[in-house]
Amino acid sequence: MKDLLFKRFIQLIMVAWGVGTLTFILMRSLPGDMAYRLAASRYGQDNFDSSTAELIRHELKLDQSAWSAYFSWLGDLLQLNLGNSMVSDLPVMDTLSHMLGHSLLLAGVGMIIAILLAFPLGLWAAKYGGWADRLTLLFSTSVRALPVFVIGVLLILVFSLELELLPVAGFGTPAHLILPSLALAISLAAVSSRIIRNEAKRVFNSSFFEFAQIKGLSTRKAFQRHGWRNLLVPVIAFFAIQLITVVEGVVMIESLFSWPGIGHGLAHAIFARDIPIIQGAALLMGIMFVVLNTLVDIISYYLDPRIKQEFSE
Amino acid sequence: MMYTEANSPPTPTFRPTNRVKKAFRSATSQQWFGFAILATLLIFSFLAPHFVSVDGAEQDLGAILTSPNAEHWLGTDHFGRSMWVRLADAIALSFGLAALCVLTASTAGIALGVLSAWFPTRFGKVVELLTTILLALPGLVLVLIFAAIVPGSFWMLYFAIALIQWVEYYRVVRAICQPLIHSPEMEASQLMGFGRWYCFKRHLLPAILPQVLTIAAFGAANAILMMASLGFVYVGIQPPLAELGLMTVELFPYYSDAPWLLAEPLVSLAAMVLGCQLLGRRNA
Repeated sequence: MKDLLFKRFIQLIMVAWGVGTLTFILMRSLPGDMAYRLAASRYGQDNFDSSTAELIRHELKLDQSAWSAYFSWLGDLLQLNLGNSMVSDLPVMDTLSHMLGHSLLLAGVGMIIAILLAFPLGLWAAKYGGWADRLTLLFSTSVRALPVFVIGVLLILVFSLELELLPVAGFGTPAHLILPSLALAISLAAVSSRIIRNEAKRVFNSSFFEFAQIKGLSTRKAFQRHGWRNLLVPVIAFFAIQLITVVEGVVMIESLFSWPGIGHGLAHAIFARDIPIIQGAALLMGIMFVVLNTLVDIISYYLDPRIKQEFSE
Repeated sequence: MMYTEANSPPTPTFRPTNRVKKAFRSATSQQWFGFAILATLLIFSFLAPHFVSVDGAEQDLGAILTSPNAEHWLGTDHFGRSMWVRLADAIALSFGLAALCVLTASTAGIALGVLSAWFPTRFGKVVELLTTILLALPGLVLVLIFAAIVPGSFWMLYFAIALIQWVEYYRVVRAICQPLIHSPEMEASQLMGFGRWYCFKRHLLPAILPQVLTIAAFGAANAILMMASLGFVYVGIQPPLAELGLMTVELFPYYSDAPWLLAEPLVSLAAMVLGCQLLGRRNA
């Protein structure tokens, strides 16, 4: 368990360093005089002069050499001192902590719906085969060819514009949550339902499952006692791989539905070149990624005694 | 010499052309279908601009949002630009990016994978560290940050996507090569004095190529998706260039007036991705 957490901790450090370095390069490579650009974006094109620009230059330590600036940049990052937004001048931490809640809500609900969709579909296809199998394969293949934002657009077209059942975008009421989380869930379930179907088939055809039935357990009992656990271990490992899809999906879906989360914030910050927010948002997405991965690790650790053995040796 | 020939009789020397012929012979119907989709789109993207006299940037504000007609075969967009030409441009751009990413990432991934299997201590550790850094962040976030460094640049997008994609080739190639390098047939070749390049061609390349082709097909699909995603959140390719994701956002507001315009980039995007994915699917 300790080794497992240590590995994830290293990953966390890598995330912080990678994001810090990249955003530093970004900061340095902005065209034109940074101080003037910032002064213009902060006070408006006509309301600043060279003294305001100098003030900003000093405030943001733009007059240092590259290396000392780099190390003070990383130092600030280590102390979680992310600075203020260049555009709104609000502390990055406040802005982001506000967004984080929304993103976690979307990701959480999306993943739950994905599980609720994928398991019945996968098990149904595995149990009945034939038409059920072909139908879910068709669903999975066609959805996989669609990027997640196209799924979102299609859902908006059908449910908001044509049927006028649900709001197009925004947040606040539970109704606003349905379409974004559904879009995320569908793109996740398309792949994972096939994995579940394959693993379920493997379990149904295995000798231990047959033996459980031969010794007199009903199919339902055999599945409860011997099926689930064996089915879940590889499926959860696959969920870990899909976490990338979750984080990427959150970025796309939030932008599409104007959901005020980190992904939306990141895309906006990149458009406005608001570097502290880019850094903070990328960092938080990275942390979210690592934390979710750690959770999956812990779940599979308790589910599969073999992993426990491997790490205790 | 007798030994190597006795070890594996059918193909005396490895030739890429043989491999391509074999791939065509053993292709499944799904792969053929994917190939057909991609070939159609590719031919369309190259030939379509030659059928009409306008280019993709030419505006005609007197004829905006027209439905498909004899003059504009796929209608015109909100600036009266010909969708037929713009769609061809966008598809060509996506194909270009996908091809560049696949070529770069596979070359780098194969080279680094083979080298780190061959020199696990000196070289392998450094590359392993590099991959840990790259894999710590989800790919799209990394590409987004790179896109911010030089906004709207095709080459930056290409660099960023290739940078995250080589890792997959590297991992698979290294895993296949590690046992092969210490295999008896490889040792025999080396004892007989064959150079590393010959050993690579004779023993490693045939083993990794089928896997690499699969990764390449899915990598192409991902590169296309990635560029469209960035275009869609407005931080990728910038207007007035035609790009599938960007066209989707641009045409979305006109959905109620001209739904077919929105459908065109979406269908093209889905067809490209589906084509790549079908091409990469082998009979399991």
